[in-house]
Amino acid sequence: MAFGGFGGGGFGGGGGFGGGGGGPMGRLRSSLDAGDGQDVLGKIYDMKVLRRLPQYLAWVKGHIFLAATGTAMRTAANIAMPVLIGLIIDNYIKTGNASGLTTGVLIYFGAVMLMWGGQYLESLQLSYAAQGILLKMRNQMFEHLHKLSMSFFDSNKVGKIMSRVQNDVEQLQTLLTQDILHLTADIITMAVIVIVMFSMNAMLALITLSVAPILVLVMVVWQGYARRTFIRVRQAIAEVNDNLQESISGVRVTQSLSRENVNMGKFDNVNKAHLNANVDAARAQAFMMPTVQILTDTSYVLVLIFGGFQVLNGTMGPGVVIAFLLLIQRFFDPVREVTMLYTDLQRAMASAARIFELIDVEPEIKDAPNAIELPPIKGEVKLANVSFGYLPGQEVLHEVDLTVNPGETVAIAGRTGAGKSSLTSLVARFYEVRDGEVLVDGYNVKSVTQDSLRSQIGVVPQDPYLFSGTVGDNIRYGKLDATQDEIVEAARAAGVHDLILRMSHGYDTQVGERGGNLSAGQRQLICLARAILANPPIMILDEATSNVDTNTERIMQDSLKRLSRGRTVLIIAHRLSTVTHADRIIILEKGKIIESGNHQQLMAKQGIYYEMFETLSAVEV
Amino acid sequence: MKILIRSMGFVKKYWRQLAFSGICLLITTLASLVIPRVLGQGVDTALSSGQKSALYIAGGLILGSSLIRGLSAYGNRYLNQVISQEVSYDIRNAIYSHLQKLSFAYHDQAQTGQLMSRATADIEAVRMWVGDGILTLFQTALQIIGISIILLTVNWRLAVLCLAFMPAIAWIAISTSNRLRPVWLHVQQLIASLGTTLQESMAGVRVVKAFSRQKEEGLKFGADAKRLYTEQISAAKVQAFNQALMSMLLGLPTVIVLWYGGQQVIAGTLTIGGVTQFVLYLGILAMPIRRLGMIANMISRSISAGERIFEILDTESPVKEKPDARDVGKLTGEITFENVSFSYNSSAPAIDDISFRAKPGQLIALVGGSGSGKSTLINLVSRFYDVTKGRITVDGIDIRDIKLASLRKNIGTAQQDVFLFSATIRDNIAYGIPDASLEQIKEAAKAAQIDRFIQSLPEGYNTWVGERGHTLSGGEKQRVAIARTLLINPAILILDDSTSAVDAETEHLIRLALDKLIQGRTTFVITHRLPIIKKADLILMLKDGRIEEIGTHDELMAKAGLYRQTYLSQLASTQEAMTGREV
Ligand SMILES: Nc1ncnc2c1ncn2[C@@H]1O[C@H](COP(=O)(O)OP(=O)(O)OP(=O)(O)O)[C@@H](O)[C@H]1O
Ligand SMILES: Nc1ncnc2c1ncn2[C@@H]1O[C@H](COP(=O)(O)OP(=O)(O)OP(=O)(O)O)[C@@H](O)[C@H]1O
Ligand SMILES: [Mg+2]
Ligand SMILES: [Mg+2]
Repeated sequence: MAFGGFGGGGFGGGGGFGGGGGGPMGRLRSSLDAGDGQDVLGKIYDMKVLRRLPQYLAWVKGHIFLAATGTAMRTAANIAMPVLIGLIIDNYIKTGNASGLTTGVLIYFGAVMLMWGGQYLESLQLSYAAQGILLKMRNQMFEHLHKLSMSFFDSNKVGKIMSRVQNDVEQLQTLLTQDILHLTADIITMAVIVIVMFSMNAMLALITLSVAPILVLVMVVWQGYARRTFIRVRQAIAEVNDNLQESISGVRVTQSLSRENVNMGKFDNVNKAHLNANVDAARAQAFMMPTVQILTDTSYVLVLIFGGFQVLNGTMGPGVVIAFLLLIQRFFDPVREVTMLYTDLQRAMASAARIFELIDVEPEIKDAPNAIELPPIKGEVKLANVSFGYLPGQEVLHEVDLTVNPGETVAIAGRTGAGKSSLTSLVARFYEVRDGEVLVDGYNVKSVTQDSLRSQIGVVPQDPYLFSGTVGDNIRYGKLDATQDEIVEAARAAGVHDLILRMSHGYDTQVGERGGNLSAGQRQLICLARAILANPPIMILDEATSNVDTNTERIMQDSLKRLSRGRTVLIIAHRLSTVTHADRIIILEKGKIIESGNHQQLMAKQGIYYEMFETLSAVEV
Repeated sequence: MKILIRSMGFVKKYWRQLAFSGICLLITTLASLVIPRVLGQGVDTALSSGQKSALYIAGGLILGSSLIRGLSAYGNRYLNQVISQEVSYDIRNAIYSHLQKLSFAYHDQAQTGQLMSRATADIEAVRMWVGDGILTLFQTALQIIGISIILLTVNWRLAVLCLAFMPAIAWIAISTSNRLRPVWLHVQQLIASLGTTLQESMAGVRVVKAFSRQKEEGLKFGADAKRLYTEQISAAKVQAFNQALMSMLLGLPTVIVLWYGGQQVIAGTLTIGGVTQFVLYLGILAMPIRRLGMIANMISRSISAGERIFEILDTESPVKEKPDARDVGKLTGEITFENVSFSYNSSAPAIDDISFRAKPGQLIALVGGSGSGKSTLINLVSRFYDVTKGRITVDGIDIRDIKLASLRKNIGTAQQDVFLFSATIRDNIAYGIPDASLEQIKEAAKAAQIDRFIQSLPEGYNTWVGERGHTLSGGEKQRVAIARTLLINPAILILDDSTSAVDAETEHLIRLALDKLIQGRTTFVITHRLPIIKKADLILMLKDGRIEEIGTHDELMAKAGLYRQTYLSQLASTQEAMTGREV
């Protein structure tokens, strides 16, 4: 029914969100390829996909079994009814056997009851099965997604991932429960009806069913055409949604550059394409039902005329004619359904393929089978001969050697794009090194579990991300069982406490999407507070205060000095004056460490660092 | 109800098609009512008169009406689809264009996921109603009445006995859908919240990983999913029970027909053909009766969907263009703030009574603590928000008297939060002028000191940047955004902390390039690095939304206020660093 579930006509009804991303080359090559485009409809027997389906059915086999029982009951009753009516008319009504009539009607009543029970059982158990599969699959996918490494998220749009967890799962679920069961029931129904018809009157059955091949032929031809139009519809809606989504996210840029009209034109184009695709599809869709109807009616006429002759000749009772008339309807319904299901099956296959593709994405970064829990660390970080690149052929870091002693504060400076953020990402093992190794307290990061590693590293990423929720919740993310006092303490240390108090509801102020209702500096400081609250032995601050004024920054630095005692800190900053106190400063240039030493040493050396300071003061004087 | 009528407004344009489709539907329904009747009579003829020709006539009649029905059904279905798709096209365009126009204040509140579901699922619901619902309702009524009349004429006693069930069934259908309505609504909300959980958890995956919160996120998602499961199951229970009950009840009249009708046939007051007609018509009647529940559901669904759609369409942008707003062409860039106040919500004002004047070509610097209102202030100039009190003028004209596009074409803002589209670098820079030549784009990129980097990429300007520019470093993103702003060559240039992620040297280079570029432009610069704005013609030091100090560098230094103190401490830290003394 209307709100079947996640898909239920929802986000783009299946083809989903991502879709259009066929274009990106080079840097954004999606690792998920299985057609958001061409393969909207998959092969109907994809053995590779089919073989994996039973595992999901196994989750709910009890329900499926009961549902199948229900289906069997319903189907049996459905076929029995017309036969019974025919028998009743011919054997009792026509012959005037009143007591026989009562018995017959009671049996018929039994069939109605069987139908009732069967239908109830079927639809309830199917729901259990369907929802059970949905629940498990979604959880499984969600869990899997969080195992995937950053590089996966670099190259796949969130919308596209969403559409797999939402729409595709829904499609597959329908296939596993409803479709398979209905298909089986339909085929059995058709077979039984044919048998029943032939046993009642072979001649008439043959004549009646002569229409069936025509129907099948029409359907097959129609499918070919309809299928193409449906594919177009799904591609078109995916593009519409994609466009819409990005337009909403980027609306601020659009308005500030007055591009509304251009965008409107572009949107109108995709919207129009969607409309046209739908109108074509409408032509195909509208054709189906009336055609089937006409063919059904033709069957009726055949029964009426040829059956009528036989009745007139006295070779057959009128009940048989009536039974045939009723059976015809019950025969053509499944024929039509099966052909419709065919498209559904293809679609579901494509969905299944997309789901499995996602589930099969091997996390680039996995815990080694023999990975150990990283014991509480002192905080030594060592990069030995590390090379790294995001994409094949691109190398961002070249043979970097760096040792950070426990408790040391090391600042990383360098031109933009030099690889500073990348370097720190490697310490937390967001990405895998290409060459060399990263060691924390002597443990190779590859040899310990990611959880135990990251729970001892606090990262404040360069672009601060806030979840929707309250300000307090966002800070609490660093330590879920933190008390309010601890939260306030962390906020103080980050220098954001006073700012929060000035917000409309203090710590309970709701944060909008991505923190949109806070100033940039406030966002950064809240992220900082979050990391401080986590209180990790290693802290990584990637431009954590680039949008913060110097007075607030000073507060934060004072507390950081306190905090950095007994803690290893990696700071990235462009405002060099904020890192002069660091125990060591390294200068990264084009992925290589070109200078290293404390402030005095580097100044004395009169190298790049000195030059950078020169530039600074050149501007200032 | 009001909503239903309003949503009819969308079809008004297509009333001709709708009327035609209605006629087709009428023909279809009538023809479909004829067929069982002819069949029943055919059976009787075959039995009684024994004339073969009567069978041919009946057969011909059926085929004829079947063809007519087929044609009209095709027309009806096709037109319905077309109308409803046209309608959804219209609504979608309307929503899109409206969303593009709604000011920042709206988008601050709105959630992308929510808006998306309105533009997809809700439009779909309204489309179903206007495309199918209205006519289906009409058809259902027609069928029920028509069949009732026919049955009554065939044998009124039997008809009354059979029809007695219908109100009960209809009642079950409607009351079930009423009972389910709140459940569906809840389900819908749960789906939305599951979607939000998923979306946030994916968009913020870096943070999730950084804090190793996969397990907690999984639990949260799992709990959401489980709640959805429970709710879906409870809906399914109601539905399964009632649907089965309904089919059962629909089966009962046939039992009566067979038993009571059978007796009548035996008694000679009814023919077998009559029984056939009853059985066939009851089969047909099952459809519209069942549909009643569906229609009730469709109506309630489209009401709530319509509400949500109209909520968007009815939202008046707080920033409105006056009907007599002017086109101003190229501005010289003089800006005055006259007692301007602004607040995001009813709470404390974010901008409080600010007045100042920027002459054409001047460089204005805004400084102040986090959350002091700098970004807010410059957002007022482009009218992303409207002032609550006072007024802002450019070239002496109140900005509220100028056409929005005309105003904004004169103002280039590099926002503090850089948003890049997932497109090529070239498309991103050319966002403001889609038909800019590569030369122009390169020019802007050079000024933003990003050209060299772009050239170094294997695919150069055609390099695709990830969602929101993920695959670029912080400074690279910022510089692409600067280039994008410079390209439109605005009279007023606003740089909101645009070089915060850029190293000093690159920043210096950008500044040198800008020095040339800002000739003849009024420029606003927001920054936290005071020394670089020493040359500004006017410096505004903000604090809690108010002007704490205002003047040139020299004036402010003479004042011994917040500016001087901040400046000196910044200078000191650099200089101490330079001279090598430890701070
Ligand atoms: N996810 C990614 N995929 C591909 N390339 C990337 C990705 N992230 C960064 N890069 C590229 O790697 C290089 C180094 O980026 P990184 O973010 O480490 O620089 P950075 O030193 O932090 O610079 P900034 O100071 O501007 O933040 C840049 O040229 C950037 O374009
Ligand atoms: N969209 C919004 N809705 C509600 N409140 C907002 C919104 N944007 C900002 N604020 C609040 O208004 C105040 C001023 O914010 P604004 O962004 O102007 O500060 P800012 O001076 O630019 O700070 P920063 O230097 O950190 O960027 C802050 O307290 C902030 O929380
Ligand atoms: Mg960086
Ligand atoms: Mg700001």
